[in-house]
Amino acid sequence: MNATAQDTSQSNTQYPADMDAWFDQKFDERMAQREADHVPSMTIIATKGTMDMAYPPFILASTGAALGWDVSIFFTFYGLSLLKKDLDLKISPLGNPAMPMKMPEGPKWLQEKELNIPNSVMSLVPGFETMATTMMKKTLKKKGVASITELRDLSVEADVKMIACQMTVDLFGWDQSDFIDEVSDWVGAASFLPTAQKADISLFV
Amino acid sequence: MTIENTTTLDTSGLNCPLPILKTKKAINILAAGDMLQVIATDPGSVKDISSFCQQTGHELVETSESGGKFNFLIRKH
Repeated sequence: MNATAQDTSQSNTQYPADMDAWFDQKFDERMAQREADHVPSMTIIATKGTMDMAYPPFILASTGAALGWDVSIFFTFYGLSLLKKDLDLKISPLGNPAMPMKMPEGPKWLQEKELNIPNSVMSLVPGFETMATTMMKKTLKKKGVASITELRDLSVEADVKMIACQMTVDLFGWDQSDFIDEVSDWVGAASFLPTAQKADISLFV
Repeated sequence: MTIENTTTLDTSGLNCPLPILKTKKAINILAAGDMLQVIATDPGSVKDISSFCQQTGHELVETSESGGKFNFLIRKH
């Protein structure tokens, strides 16, 4: 080490005390500015294709977009059917033990009653899932909850990026033309993960 | 109090997240400084509208309730 280098290192550690205060203030200002400029982002992975499980991704995505966030949903496996042009989603009370079964219509006492139907009965009655789906749709409408089609349209309108899993299309023998035109990308995990890595929030549904 | 340029949005009967989504859409077409009055029956909207305003920078000028309806007055940022 020569003398000059030593001098420099000494002068670096002996800068005036108000330098610290100046840096702290500047640092706080810059950080506050960075936080104010930051657009929050969220990525959601939708893996389920039943009506009940279609709600969380579309509700969260459309609301995130309404808050001004950058939102994308990666649809994979059964979740990919949520992007079909013709949505025909069903709900299954079978193996869905916490799902309340209530009559959407009829006398008040009946509507308030929780119907406890054993799995063995549900599985034997033909058309039970269709009936449960009809009942759920009626309840949703009555309570002013949006339909999945409506929430999906609102999400698309709010620029939520709809990303589809190409492997799933091949796996189930579907065709890209079965799905809405608003699908922004047909990709695999390696394309989606870098997006998720940069996101503030990442959810798996 | 009379406020000029107030648009009214009635979300009565609608449930989460529709009041927020409709509010956002209604605000989009307003000019900065314009007022939006939102009517809602969803009790969750009280906290949700407030959170929405906080996140988006719009000013929640007033929140009130009468006869089971919630009333919000928002000034566009």
